[in-house]
Amino acid sequence: MGISYIYPEFEVVRNTARCIGCRVCEKQCANGVHLFDPELGCMTADDAKCVDCQRCVALCPTRALKIIKNDCTFRENANWQADTIKEIYKQAESGGVLLSSMGNPKPLPVYWDKILINASQVTNPPIDPLREPMETRVFLGKKPSTIERKADGSLKTELAPQLELSMPVMFSAMSYGSISYNAHESLARAAKELGIYYNTGEGGLHEDFYCYGENTVVQIASGRFGVHEEYLSTGAAIEIKMGQGAKPGIGGHLPGTKIVGDVSRTRMIPEGSDAISPAPHHDIYSIEDLRQLVFSLKEATNYKKPIIVKVAAVHNIAAIASGIARSGADIIAIDGFRGGTGAAPTRIRDSVGIPIELALAAVDQRLRDEGIRNNVSLIAGGSIRSASDIVKAIALGADACYIATSALIALGCHLCRTCQTGKCNWGIATQRPELVKRLNPDIGSERLVNLLTAWRHEIMELMGGMGINSIEALRGNRLMLRGINLTEKELEILGISHAGE
Amino acid sequence: MLINAKELDYSALNQKIREADGDCNISECLGQRFIGAGMSDKHIEISGIPGNAMGAYLNGAEITVNGNAQDAVGDTMNNGKIVIHGSVGDAVGYAMRGGKIYVKNNAGYRAGIHMKEYKEKKPVMVIGGRTGSFLGEYQAGGLIIILGMNKGQTPTVGNFPCTGMHGGKVFLRGDVNGITLPKQVSVRAATNEDIMEIKPYINEFCRLFGFEQEKIMSEKFTVIFPDSKNPYKQMYVQN
Repeated sequence: MGISYIYPEFEVVRNTARCIGCRVCEKQCANGVHLFDPELGCMTADDAKCVDCQRCVALCPTRALKIIKNDCTFRENANWQADTIKEIYKQAESGGVLLSSMGNPKPLPVYWDKILINASQVTNPPIDPLREPMETRVFLGKKPSTIERKADGSLKTELAPQLELSMPVMFSAMSYGSISYNAHESLARAAKELGIYYNTGEGGLHEDFYCYGENTVVQIASGRFGVHEEYLSTGAAIEIKMGQGAKPGIGGHLPGTKIVGDVSRTRMIPEGSDAISPAPHHDIYSIEDLRQLVFSLKEATNYKKPIIVKVAAVHNIAAIASGIARSGADIIAIDGFRGGTGAAPTRIRDSVGIPIELALAAVDQRLRDEGIRNNVSLIAGGSIRSASDIVKAIALGADACYIATSALIALGCHLCRTCQTGKCNWGIATQRPELVKRLNPDIGSERLVNLLTAWRHEIMELMGGMGINSIEALRGNRLMLRGINLTEKELEILGISHAGE
Repeated sequence: MLINAKELDYSALNQKIREADGDCNISECLGQRFIGAGMSDKHIEISGIPGNAMGAYLNGAEITVNGNAQDAVGDTMNNGKIVIHGSVGDAVGYAMRGGKIYVKNNAGYRAGIHMKEYKEKKPVMVIGGRTGSFLGEYQAGGLIIILGMNKGQTPTVGNFPCTGMHGGKVFLRGDVNGITLPKQVSVRAATNEDIMEIKPYINEFCRLFGFEQEKIMSEKFTVIFPDSKNPYKQMYVQN
């Protein structure tokens, strides 16, 4: 094998005056960066193996370590930037498809940051959430479009099945296999305590987590891993995954190396065997076929569970959503192109799909125009980073938001974007027992509860500022939003005015 | 319990089946979908033609159809048995995880795709006639047995069988002449051990449909199996 052309991306800087040679960094690094050299009697580092996950930095008892971006650069070139050159080296060396993880890191527009929220002044007083009741509860599912009465004049009150959320947030799909047992336990326990839902992803439901069924959305995708009658009847809702924001148009592929022990049993495939979810569901080639899958699930669960259809935000998303709304689905989840992933081909993650902000606005408008908005609830996902992102999403037309990357960051993820290697030093995206145990579900679930409790307070304060006391009154209320630094076309799609208008 | 399916839509029909105390005998079935979806404890016998997704997520119940069935029979079936005294449409046994499907005549496209197995839980599908294209795509486990009876001059299976196969076995009665297989699968003449593996299912097939086992077993079988459990392993480089 020839020499590698790739110079290390990061540099491990060790303050030798502070280092006490305790070797914690060595024990903590699954990538094998740190090594004690007995001859020199000191710690050494192989920068090339470092992924900048900051585990050693966080655990170094004397703060002797820092990881910095290596300042060894190629000759500056605005067209051929360093990442582009390195990617070519990697492919020239291996002949492989570039595989990345987590969401799109490219400097593409984040519309949330170009949308501003209104507040009341003088004529319509703001509401103080400390002294006024504020409703953050939402119900997801099909709503009746007309009031119907029985023969005796009383109201018909039977509703299609609904999901009740204490606040408009759910943890989006991450499979057991792509993330660890302890990460799943943290999510499940937090969802239960918060009165929201987490999502199994397409990896089945571990037997230990059936007890969280009331707060679980069970997913079925093209590979149908871990799907059986008990799985379907345990979940509070069933999600059909048609697409994912990080990799629209392609399927999933969990490598055999991650199909070990419980992951193998939960997916019901042999150890070491690849878990392949192809791009299409091979029984869905049309909205009519989707309708068939939706109703087969409703029949199998006796019409007790709402059915979610999850799609990636792509160019014709409004028309696609219109079809889904007519397929009998109760909820549509739209995943924008900045959404995370445990592994996706780089080229697809970084260049396929559209931002959730534009997709959401377009879908909400289309469903309203067609008079079918009440047929479905909308969940928006794909990089929801804060309470204000949630408020903006709801004002653009979402009923609730999916979060996953934010939740993983709360659990300790440092966004080093190497989930696909299975060597997550924070115990999240790994199945290695010695790494998994680093994530304590007691602490993990508490951190998630803390995060969302704080977000709920922030949502209430933002709503109060607008003089709005319930999420229902905020939904689709685009008058509460103004754009900044946006073109007329962008404003038109978002359905909002420019700041100052 | 006797259920006349005439003028019942699928949800009404399924509701009657769910409410029935014991076994159900359905007459005048005409395209109602999802019959028996997710059911675990009944024997359902159907006269007429059931609609798509019959026995989806079937969880131990048994369904017998005295005639043909349509698409997506036994979709994601977990356990139980489906017996078709005729032919089936496309995507029979999609992602089947357990249980058995016996089809007397032919199957359409995409039969047995995504079939799986886990330890002793091994789904089995026996097709008496031939199948359409894309048989056993992405197969990850289980047994698919195609007997190719009355196929005439046409090959036992259509185009592109076993693409992406990474587990399980496909048995074809006869040879694979005229059938193009992808490069990540291997083919061998069935060994004694292979034959012993399928014998109980051939036996049951013959018992169900009145064929002679000796006559079926007199012809040679070919086994298609994956080369590797990780067919896509080499395709990626970490970025």
